[in-house]
Parts: sequence; structure tokens; C-alpha cells
Amino acid sequence: MSGKLKVIAAMSGGVDSAVAAARAVEAGHEVIGVHLALSSNPQKYRSGARGCCTVEDSHDARRAADVIGIPFYIWDMAEQFHAGVVENFLSEYQSGRTPNPCLRCNEKIKFEAVLVRAKALGFDAVVTGHYAITKEVNGVKTLNRAVDPEKDQSYVLAVLTADQISGAIFPLGDTVKDDVRKEAQARGLFVANKPDSHDICFVPSGDNAGWLRERLGSEVGPIVDQNGKELGQHNGAYTFTIGQRRGLNLTVPTPKGEPRYVLSIEPKTNTVVVGTHEALAVNKIVGQPPIWCGPAPELNKVYKGFAQVRAHGEPLPTKYQFDGTHLIADLDQPVFGLATGQALVIYEDDRVVGSATISETF
Amino acid sequence: MAVHSSQIYFDHAATTPMVQPAIDALTAQLLKTGNASSLHSTGRSIRKELEEARESIAKAAGCSAIDVIFTGTGTEADNLAIKGLYWLGAKAGKNIIITSTFEHHAVMDPIKWLQEHEGATVIEIPVSKTGSLDLTALQAAVTQHGAKVAFISIIHANNEIGTVQPIDQVVKIAGGIPVHSDAVQSFGKIDFNFNQLGLTAATISAHKVGGPLGVAALILKKGVNIEPVLHGGGQERDIRSGTFNAPGIIAFASAASNAMIHMQARDAKIRKLKSLLITKVLAAVPDAWVNGQSENSLPGVVNITFPGSDNEGLLLLLDMAGIACSTGSACSAGVHRPSHVLMAIGLTEDETTSSLRFSLGESNTEEEIDKLAAVIASVVEKSKSAANKKVSK
Repeated sequence: MSGKLKVIAAMSGGVDSAVAAARAVEAGHEVIGVHLALSSNPQKYRSGARGCCTVEDSHDARRAADVIGIPFYIWDMAEQFHAGVVENFLSEYQSGRTPNPCLRCNEKIKFEAVLVRAKALGFDAVVTGHYAITKEVNGVKTLNRAVDPEKDQSYVLAVLTADQISGAIFPLGDTVKDDVRKEAQARGLFVANKPDSHDICFVPSGDNAGWLRERLGSEVGPIVDQNGKELGQHNGAYTFTIGQRRGLNLTVPTPKGEPRYVLSIEPKTNTVVVGTHEALAVNKIVGQPPIWCGPAPELNKVYKGFAQVRAHGEPLPTKYQFDGTHLIADLDQPVFGLATGQALVIYEDDRVVGSATISETF
Repeated sequence: MAVHSSQIYFDHAATTPMVQPAIDALTAQLLKTGNASSLHSTGRSIRKELEEARESIAKAAGCSAIDVIFTGTGTEADNLAIKGLYWLGAKAGKNIIITSTFEHHAVMDPIKWLQEHEGATVIEIPVSKTGSLDLTALQAAVTQHGAKVAFISIIHANNEIGTVQPIDQVVKIAGGIPVHSDAVQSFGKIDFNFNQLGLTAATISAHKVGGPLGVAALILKKGVNIEPVLHGGGQERDIRSGTFNAPGIIAFASAASNAMIHMQARDAKIRKLKSLLITKVLAAVPDAWVNGQSENSLPGVVNITFPGSDNEGLLLLLDMAGIACSTGSACSAGVHRPSHVLMAIGLTEDETTSSLRFSLGESNTEEEIDKLAAVIASVVEKSKSAANKKVSK
């Protein structure tokens, strides 16, 4: 996309989206700043690096827009956020999977609800402070890794369709975070030194398990080994994640005294299955539904590429194919402790091919 | 006496430009030194001007000078009246508050606070679809609970839809029960006479009539000794403490006098503009409708629903087209809230978020209304397609 565009800059109140908006203005676009109110009962203040959408964040976003010199509005997306992200988060845990809400937010809110609304109101694209690069290849906009490997967010953007990518602008992909902070300082943006946000924004306490227990209740269930032998008890299977080692409170040791890990979660029987590290090995990953960030691969054709299964995980050499329903990755080397519900993202070098939510592992 | 931007300003009910006599009075006062409570001649000289200002505001509001208690904002005056009258009544065992379903937040929220923290029982009298208080329901509530009612508070002219309430009838029905009325939007725009209406308390504010921000008044009948909210030097009848904002008060008086002098001419001019706005906007968007009624209402306020649209989008697009208007109130984070006023007159939540308030003032022209009429249809269309998607999600 080139030339002067009318764009919406999604401004969280953090340093990245502020610099992204400023760069969009410099690129010659007509930029309108929008802060998304995602909680119907916003926390008043940030506590450390936790949480977003507080009154303080909306104030910071407004002040950044003032400094940049662009109009600023607040869009209430609380209802859509609750339906598309929070409820999905709860139901995924209830089904024994471990969801990634940031991915869902990009998929359902930032590049769906916001982009659709922006386009209906006459805008061409949405600008965000995500660290990723879009490149045009044969007239098609592709999604690629950012230059800063520490900050690269292509993984959480891999839920965007080619159409959505064509309506997205990521001005920060070519810059490392330290330089973004320096640039913010130089631009007079006082959010230059604001801490990065981590954790899940709608769980401001950071106590994920406690938050889930409050909403899903806590029902005592068994912790068993792979043979079904009961080793202990838990207060709600959904608060566990595959690969988890801590917090199991088991009293029966293994014969060799090795640590045990969560292997699977069975929500129907409220059972947590544990075992040794080798039992966590995954060689094959199946995910659905696939989302293609560019052209879809040919049906049943085996390609070579890289799989990534965590936001800042290593790229794992893999063969992959699409069978019409599933995205299937055959890893060259096993990966350990992989939770269903997370995203499988396939890369061809630095280009994101597509993604799928992990439904099965072998 | 101008809006200091190139924007077409249709938000005079939020605040309106200061009028020249008030600007002159304020700037002259800013050059003077003196605390109006001081006993020396410097202080006395400021006090003299301040008391003249009080007398002139009293004249404009149809009350005695001693009834006027200056405050910092209309919200402060409403809080003072509501909490004060409640605590006064509660001492005599009266813990019921009667109010309407479409008060301003500055009245509604302190009443809610009294309900949650001080044991008040609240009776909300409904309003009709055209935005008039249901006097039969009020009569019934007074008949049933009269002896236990601490006070009644009914807005004089609604801030979102502009409809004027029959305060004289309310006072008649109230009998001996004290009545407070928030007259922030009506004072200086339409007839408002505190004594003739028989009110016990009323709220007025400077910046809605061309005075400065940060000064308002509670008109409270002499002898009604309510508890203060702010304790301190006791400057205003021991009911409101704080150093007198002499420049603000004196400029308020200039603005109020100016408003009284020009009321009739202003009323005629602005009503004509409003009627033009309604005709042209409804012609451009045939399924739109006006909320409330345009006859018995404030000259400049009109609230229009554009069905299927979303007022966040409407406001953004109009703002980009250089036109300022309002969607109603927002929370502290800036999120629009569905209007309780529009819900009170029977709109659905969806309809309230499809509504805009245009409020006209002296600075507006027919050309500006033509500019609005030229863009409104396409703005509404775009907003509708954005909103439909939102609703279907």
C-alpha cells in the first residue's frame, strides 16, 4: 500500500503504538488516533507491567495523540472483546485447552471489529505498534518477522487473513525496541519509558488460576499417572497447562525420583494426567482451522518450513501440509510440553505462511 | 464572542463562548488585588463589586440577593442542595427523595449516593415520550409519602433533549415539601423566576450563559439552613466555604445581565435556526426523528435519532467534516454511555447510541446548518454500515 491513506491508529497508551502513529503521520497518511476501551469496568491505574485499558492508559493515549497532533477518539469495544476474547478464553480452559487471548484479540478485535468499522467509516487501514513487517510479493502483501527477534510479534499476528494483512500497517517492524524508546523520547512522547505490558490484560491481578477459579468454580479432582493410578488431587483441572511441573503437590514419587509434568487435561472427568518428561515429547502437531496469511498451500503437498508453537519460541524445522481441514506439522525434532489451544504458526524463512489452533499432538 | 476554531460549533449546551461584557468584566477584575473577605479597604472594594454582582444575578433569577450562594460548578451546587436538603429532612425523620427518571448526572448521582450510603429511599417519577414529567404520578407519590419526603428535585429544562418541565405545577403538588430544580440549561435562555415558581432551591451556572467556567450558584431560600459539603471559612452563609472567586462571580453577573437583555431576540433567532436544522436534517435523512418536542423546549437544543447508526461513528465523521456536536455523557475513561435520558423517554439502548444532540447558540448561522445538511446523509450511511457490522458481531 502506498500513497496517502486515511488510517486509524490503534493507540493503547503504550510507547509502541504512539511511535507507530507518529511514523504513520510522517509517512504522509491522514491519521486518526483511536483508543479501544476493552473493559466495561476499567481499572483506574496500571500496576507495574500488568494490565491495559485503564483510565491512565486512555489518558496516556490521548496525550500521545496531542503531542503527535492527531485527532483522538475512544471506541467502546468492551462487548466485542468480552464475546470474542474473554468468553473464548474461559471456554477453551473449560475444554482442557490453553488459549492465547492476545492472538484472539488480534483476530477478533484489532483486525476484525476495528478494521471493519474503520473501513465502513471510510478509512483504508489500521496502524498498530506490533513488531512485524509486511512486504509486497507479486502484488500480495505478506506478513514477516520483525528485525528485533526479542520483540517479533508475527506469531500473534498469524491469525490474520491475507485480506486483513492488506488493511494493516506495522511501522515498527524494522526497528529494535530500544530505538523505539529513544525515538519516543526524541519526539517528546512521555510514554517513552512506560513499562511493556505483559500477562493477560483482563486478569489485572496476574493470578490466572485464581481468576479462572472465581469464574469456573473449583471442583476437586484426581491427578493420575499414565496408568490411571491416583497420585494426588487438584482444585480444578482447567487451572493446569500441559508441560506444567510446579504446583502439582504430589506425595507419591516416581520410582527413579524424576519430576513429573502435566501430560493431559481431561475436562469431562476433571482429571489431570501426569508423567515423565519423555512422555511430553511431541513429533506431530495437528491444528485447525487453518488461516492463511498469504496464498494457501496446495492440498496434500508436503512443504518444508519452520513451526513455532509459542509467542517467543524457537522456530522448529518441520515438514507441513494441508489436508483440506487440518494443518499438519511433522517436526524434524520433538518438542516438549505442547498445550492444545495454543497456535501452530508455520513460517517459510521469515514469512508467515499461516496458523491453526492446535487440536491434537502425537 | 466567537468559537476559537474553524469548526462549526453545535455544542453550545456543553459550553458556549463567553460574551464580550463578561470577558471585559473578567479581564478588568483579573488586574485587581483583594480578597473579598478581607476587612481593609482593598478587600472591601472587591466585596462591593461582588455584592453588586450577587444582586444583579438575583435580579436575573428572580430571587433575593441573600438567596444566592456562589459555588465552583453547577455539579457542586447540585450536590450541596441535594445532600443538604436530604440531611435536613432526615433530621426530622424524612428519608424519601422524589426525583425524575431523566435528571442530569450531577443530580442523579448524589441521590444515588444518598441511597447507597445514607439510607435514602428514592422515588423516580417517569416522564412521557415527549419528555414531560408525569404529574399524576408525582401527585400520587406525594399523596402517599408526603410526610416522609425530604425534598423533590426536578430538572427545569433537560440538558439532552431540551424539554421544559412544569416546575410551577411540581411546587403546587409538593405543598410544603422543599423543591430543588437544576436550572443550569434554562437560566438566561427562557423564563426562570425562582420566587414566582416557589422553589426552595435551584442551580445555575455561568458558562452556559456566556460567563466563565468555574463559577456557578445555588439559589437557596433564606432561612433554609442546610449542612455544608465543604467546611472552612464559612464565606457563603456558612453553607459554602472557600475564597470568593470575585472575577468569576462578577463576570457571571455581566453574562447573566446580558442574557436577560437579549433573551427575546436570541430566543427568536435560535428557534428559527433550530427549526431550519430539524427540517433540513430530516429531509436529508428521512427515517431520522427528533426526541422530545421542539415547542415547549429550550430554543437551541435538539436531539435526533438516526436509526441504525452508531453515534461514536457519527461524531467522528462530523468532527472530521468540521462539525462539533455531542453524543451525551461519557465515563471517566471516555467511553460513551447509553443515555438514561433517552431511555427514560422510551428509546431502546440501541436507539440511544444512534442519537446526537445539536445545541445552537448565538454564533451559529443558516450557512452552517446548510453545511451540516450537506454532509449528514453520507455520514449517517457510513456510520450505519460500521454499526451494522458491530451489531452483527
